[in-house]
Amino acid sequence: MYIITSYAHIKHHQVAVNGELIFKTEPTHSLSEFLSEAYKSMGIIYPKFHKMDAQCKLGLLCTEFALQNSSFLTNSSLTKTAIVLSNSASSLETDRQYQASIADKSNYFPSPTVFVYTLPNIVIGEIAIKHKLTGENAFFVTEKMDAQLLVNYADILLGQYAEAAIIGWIEVDGDSYEAFIFLVENGEYLNKNVIFKPLNQSTVNQLYNQTLWTH
Amino acid sequence: MDALIEKLKKQIIEQLNLAEVNPDEVSADSPLFGEGLGLDSIDALELIVLLEKHYGIKIEDPKDGKVIFQSLRTMAEYIKAQGKG
Repeated sequence: MYIITSYAHIKHHQVAVNGELIFKTEPTHSLSEFLSEAYKSMGIIYPKFHKMDAQCKLGLLCTEFALQNSSFLTNSSLTKTAIVLSNSASSLETDRQYQASIADKSNYFPSPTVFVYTLPNIVIGEIAIKHKLTGENAFFVTEKMDAQLLVNYADILLGQYAEAAIIGWIEVDGDSYEAFIFLVENGEYLNKNVIFKPLNQSTVNQLYNQTLWTH
Repeated sequence: MDALIEKLKKQIIEQLNLAEVNPDEVSADSPLFGEGLGLDSIDALELIVLLEKHYGIKIEDPKDGKVIFQSLRTMAEYIKAQGKG
């Protein structure tokens, strides 16, 4: 049976891991400042982080928080770990930035480093590169976090095409942002002390809707 | 030449978001790609844009980039040779 072994949620300038708030900044911080502070708090050195757009930074950080203190990566095969993500705004925020950079024909210098992030699934690539994951992947654009879709797709992959999965919702649209990532592994091979959260629509919705935020 | 190299260094660090790079640790002759600053292929495109935006230099043949973008010094020499530095 496949189970959720760890999860992280980022919203309202706060980070929660496995249902506990572990990091926050002042709500007056910009998204960029918040992401930078959250990155520093992890104590990791990954210079490529600073080159990413906000959506990739958010997705990478949320994944890192979910992986922190987890044995997911040592339990899982790099070639059999799937990444399945979703959001509603696609890459709209970076699309806007790119559009702004080419709007003035007298000052027309399209930025290649902005352009490469004008696709929503680039965040999957950034997570895969960071951890050398080469398994199946998919990115869905849906109106809201659709637990049924994510769980159904994971069910198709797990057991046949993948042994573990990083799944979630990564959304950036103007000032609005949210990231929710959960890690799925085969419960049969895990230490029995691991907290048992079966992979199903009800569990995913319950974890996603936990009220954790202090502001 | 030294002033142009320092200016280029600041422009590259800013434009390429090399936030964790200490400018004092980047020498004029360090390779920009691979070791040294560790830039990648997208950064190479960004360097082409930087030359056009700040110095009005258009690199028509991408093959020239291999020579021009070896180091800060080769970039500065190229800018000077174009009469733009």
